[in-house]
Amino acid sequence: MAVQTDPQTAGPAPSGPDFSGPDFSGHDSHGHHPESGPRRDFLTLLTGAAAVIGAGAFAFPFLDSLAPVGGPDAADATVDVDLSKIAPGQQIVVVWRGKPVFVVHRTPKALLGLQDTNLTDRLRDWASRERQQPDYVVNWHRSIAPEYGVMVGICTHLGCVPGYVPNPSATDPVANWPGGYACPCHGSKFDLAGRVFQGAPAQYNLPVPPYSMPTRSSLRIGLSPDDLDFDFSTIRQL
Amino acid sequence: MADPLTSSTTPAAMTGIPTSRAPASTLPDGYGPRSRWLDRRLPVISLLRREYVVYPTPRNLNYLWNFGALATVALAMLILTGIFLAIAYTPTAAGAFASVEAIDRQVGSGWVIRSTHMAGASMVFAALYVHTFRSLYYGSYKEPREVLWLTGMLLLVMMMVTAFAGYVLPWGQMSYWGASVVSGAISSLPGIGHPLAVWLQGGDTIGDVTLHRYYALHFVLGFLILGAVVLHVVALHVTGSSNPLGIEVKGPQDTLPFHPYYTSKDAIGVVLFLIAFAVLVFYLPGWLTQPDNYIEANPYSTPADITPEWYFAPFYAVLRAVPSQLGGLLLSAGSVLVLFAVPWLDTSPVHSARFRPLYRIAMMLLVVAFLLLLACGLHRPAGIWLALSRIATLYWFLHFLVLLPLLGGIETPLKLPDSIGRPVLPPRQATISTAGAGLPMPDGAMAQRMEND
Ligand code: HEM
Ligand code: FES
Repeated sequence: MAVQTDPQTAGPAPSGPDFSGPDFSGHDSHGHHPESGPRRDFLTLLTGAAAVIGAGAFAFPFLDSLAPVGGPDAADATVDVDLSKIAPGQQIVVVWRGKPVFVVHRTPKALLGLQDTNLTDRLRDWASRERQQPDYVVNWHRSIAPEYGVMVGICTHLGCVPGYVPNPSATDPVANWPGGYACPCHGSKFDLAGRVFQGAPAQYNLPVPPYSMPTRSSLRIGLSPDDLDFDFSTIRQL
Repeated sequence: MADPLTSSTTPAAMTGIPTSRAPASTLPDGYGPRSRWLDRRLPVISLLRREYVVYPTPRNLNYLWNFGALATVALAMLILTGIFLAIAYTPTAAGAFASVEAIDRQVGSGWVIRSTHMAGASMVFAALYVHTFRSLYYGSYKEPREVLWLTGMLLLVMMMVTAFAGYVLPWGQMSYWGASVVSGAISSLPGIGHPLAVWLQGGDTIGDVTLHRYYALHFVLGFLILGAVVLHVVALHVTGSSNPLGIEVKGPQDTLPFHPYYTSKDAIGVVLFLIAFAVLVFYLPGWLTQPDNYIEANPYSTPADITPEWYFAPFYAVLRAVPSQLGGLLLSAGSVLVLFAVPWLDTSPVHSARFRPLYRIAMMLLVVAFLLLLACGLHRPAGIWLALSRIATLYWFLHFLVLLPLLGGIETPLKLPDSIGRPVLPPRQATISTAGAGLPMPDGAMAQRMEND
């Protein structure tokens, strides 16, 4: 028994119905060529459409699985902060949705400074006109309780974390420094309410996250006060 | 006028492409200049055409010849879902269980992806077992397909190792204790056993390091299997498929072009297979998993009943059929390994069981023995189940080691048909004629070939 090992030579004949499969020529009563009749075209189209829809449905779960999942960095995560542990003049940094959030306990003297027109004249947006904070903190201290400042510690220029330089100084980091934040990267400056100084690259105040105060001495970052709402993704510049 | 590279009539010498070897690009008329341009540089179109379009396939293949394609489909699903599981999985003893929970509950559509991966393992083994028994029944392993058979067996073993390693990854109770039992089995080998187990698991006990190793092993093997499938298919396309009559193709009257005849026949099988697959994924996801594996691995408490996945059950039954630890291990491994030798154990020149009355009965008994072992592996080894597993084990080895070598001499085979075409086609078509103009078939100069035959 000869073993047929060369598929090339065992192939079907170039013409002639006998080796090339069943003869369908009698099947089409309308006289169409069976390979190109409208019925065949329709079936091909239908099969193709079903395949495309199927492939789309099949692809969905795979793409869906790449979407972000819950967890400490999720878009609905909240972080609680106990304010009683923060001494006047002190700042702590907490991580909220993967970002640093400054929580600063401002002294009465610092609060007076925030309202001083000598300061506000040097700021780009002293009245918080740009949408860099929830509406419920659009006020002179950019916070719910004046003594506690809460802001996302990401410079609105190119994203470095500004340093906390709370003490006034005649020379350092700039002349007539009233206390605030200085960005190490390109020298942007912010006051203790996170408002940006003129004459430096950052254009916008530091963002304030949505937060609420369940008690006088605690914060819940990520959750607006009852019946208020703020979508953090709508701020102008992060 | 035309770009010399795209003109089909330009001699190859003028194109700057070496002509010393036979051209790999063999496109007939009817292909455009772009296809020709590509094909002359990378003959993918020629290759696909030769191997999956005009590829001459015996005209009498039945639906059992679908199962190789079905296994391929299941393998593709496993690899695809596996990649996406790997993206969300954490391969550490501390994080694995939680990450699998997160895949089921938090990752978008993670539950479908995981369920598809789990059902995929069962579907691939189901397809492979049918595929293998098909090859045994029709003598597909015989000359000239011995290497094809060996690559297939290699695939089966690789698939088993992969499935085992994968089962450890969720780090549930069954994962952990399954891995323990296998490590214990390896340790029980005399001499090298203990060092081998320690080397495999990266320590004296199963822990974080072991899980890392199994993860790497599982990931890499999936792709090695893909490579081995390529070897398998290359070996298949050298000899061509066998067929239910088990006689070789003698000429064009015995074959059909692969496309559209077998592409559509395979497509029907694939659709039915995917329906069964989807039913498992969406309606019966609990069928193929054990509740104990949803309890995190606890090295200080063994679950009451360690049952293997169904596809390991037959070999697990062999393991427990003998009261000796080493004996059980050797028999169990032997029950798979003996299959490698089948082409040399079978002494009959007749391929298909259709023409071997005694072998046909023996094959049916073999299927029964396999199913019995499967059932025994899922039950406690006591009473009737223990007795049945012993009988079935005995028959398994008897079949391969005694019946296969002896039957060739004892049995009188039925008369084989002269050709595939003769019993299949109506008399008008079976005899070679030159009349008529039916479907226009591509490809060249076959006519002389027939006269030579
Ligand atoms: C991932 C695993 C495997 C894949 C994807 C695969 C794929 C295929 C495909 C596509 C075919 C051609 C279609 C068919 O005959 O069904 C084939 C043929 C074949 N396979 Fe496999 N196979 C696998 C494992 C195995 C195993 C475990 C064996 C048995 C040891 C095996 C033995 C054979 C044989 C002998 C043939 C030729 C059958 C014939 O022509 O009669 N394969 N395989
Ligand atoms: S990033 Fe802060 S000044 Fe440029």
